[in-house]
Amino acid sequence: MKTRETTMMQRIERAARGTAARLALGAAVGAFALNAGLAQPRDNTEAEIEKYRQMLQDGNPAELVALKGEGLWARKQGPKGASLEACDLGLGPGVVKGANAQLPRYFADANAVMDLESRLVHCMVTLQGLDRDKVTARPYSGAGQSATDMEALVAFVVEESRGMRIAVPQGHRMEREAFARGEKIFYYRGGPYDFSCASCHAVDNQRIRLQGLPNLTKDEAAQKAFATWPAYRVSQGALRTMQWRIYDCFRQQRFPELKYLSPASVDLITFLGVRANGGTMDNPAIKR
Amino acid sequence: MRVPTHNKALTHNEVPPYNDGPTHNEAPTRKHPPPAQGARALRWRIAASLAVAAGLALGGAALSDAVVSRDAIAQLMKQSFGERGEARLDRLDQSDLQRICSDYTGRELPRELREGLEKAALDAVKYPSDGRYLGDFKAGERIAQSGVGMQFSDAPGTVAGGNCYACHQISKEELAYGNIGPSLYQYGKLRGNSEPILRYTWARIYNAHAFGACNSMPRFGAAGILTEQQMRDVMALLLDPQSPVNR
Repeated sequence: MKTRETTMMQRIERAARGTAARLALGAAVGAFALNAGLAQPRDNTEAEIEKYRQMLQDGNPAELVALKGEGLWARKQGPKGASLEACDLGLGPGVVKGANAQLPRYFADANAVMDLESRLVHCMVTLQGLDRDKVTARPYSGAGQSATDMEALVAFVVEESRGMRIAVPQGHRMEREAFARGEKIFYYRGGPYDFSCASCHAVDNQRIRLQGLPNLTKDEAAQKAFATWPAYRVSQGALRTMQWRIYDCFRQQRFPELKYLSPASVDLITFLGVRANGGTMDNPAIKR
Repeated sequence: MRVPTHNKALTHNEVPPYNDGPTHNEAPTRKHPPPAQGARALRWRIAASLAVAAGLALGGAALSDAVVSRDAIAQLMKQSFGERGEARLDRLDQSDLQRICSDYTGRELPRELREGLEKAALDAVKYPSDGRYLGDFKAGERIAQSGVGMQFSDAPGTVAGGNCYACHQISKEELAYGNIGPSLYQYGKLRGNSEPILRYTWARIYNAHAFGACNSMPRFGAAGILTEQQMRDVMALLLDPQSPVNR
């Protein structure tokens, strides 16, 4: 108990230091941006933004969200008065360490391929007796609001795979089918703007405004992207999950609203995960 | 445990991803395809090419041993999204263009198919009703800056922007520009604003597939993203000699 409290204090201090540094640096970058209109600023702007990203790495508020999640994981809840400590995330009941590096995967008890968030909901329903609709009604926090339970649990589980090798399995037929569908969805152009995921994520060195776009068809970029989501988004003051990442991409694609834990979302995450195999988990990350 | 990486599945992305057609520097001199073939012949050719595309897609799917039918994906998409605001589920119904371009992402379109799509796009361009191509460049700049519109998070009735800076450099003053499309800085200064240039630029904004089928740019006119007046204003941003783009 003593050690846990110590770690907790260290984490909180680190996160607080990071926040202060971010505020100072944010002001510096803002001032620079104002001055930048004058001359040859393109490269300088990018260099300054890169510096900003670097400094974000010192202290990640996601750690606080993960601590909340750790508490939720162990708390007895729901009609069955159970915690999630018996939840099987793929490596056996209660095994959290490394589990996220091998998700999504096929689960025999549900006869389905599930991503992390689908599996957490599955455990809340089956182990705790919670109502699925209630649990999934509001999965994402608003900007600046405190993390939802789902975001907190995700942060906790994901943190426990940091540094582990990504190995999203393809041994089961249904896992291969999910990958194949996910690939089709990645290239599916639709909506009034004719966009697919590939419109922004299939070419090297592309940007929207100043935001770099990873080429997810390349191993290294796919690994980096999958390894750094979920992430704490500084601009939104929120921990954003992988489901949210996909949801918000489709919003910008001008598609209708992606349903939480929908089959397309799980297939796409499977596609991205398998493409990222061999990379090293480094999430929850911190992003601008 | 066997963990295939499916590298093979993506080999088609190693060729240049988009057939971007001629650059806008050369396009005004481009000859229109011969008019002779009727719409029926065009449809037939597109259908034939689609069959070829389906064959290729099947070949591609052998990489992962699961074969996915087009219908299955269409159904899966409908099931996975909900309607909100102006974003209705019919947005998931692919047009022929969207279907062909999805199949050929990262691969070169067969020439016949490409020319058919380009001709169909060019033939359907609606030029300004009163013959006026240029509006107000200041309004054009606001449209180029605005990225709102048509997202499920936008209030219904939101007037969409063009979000041109997301992908293009335009005026020198705006530094936060993307690079998916070419730089348009000094667009008019380099080209003048003769009638062929006006018509070409209008058509390019209206439906960019007319000059390179399956490129990434939204069909701002054909898809009803911008109004005719908004298009005039964006045209002025690019072509008016007084616009900051050309000064």
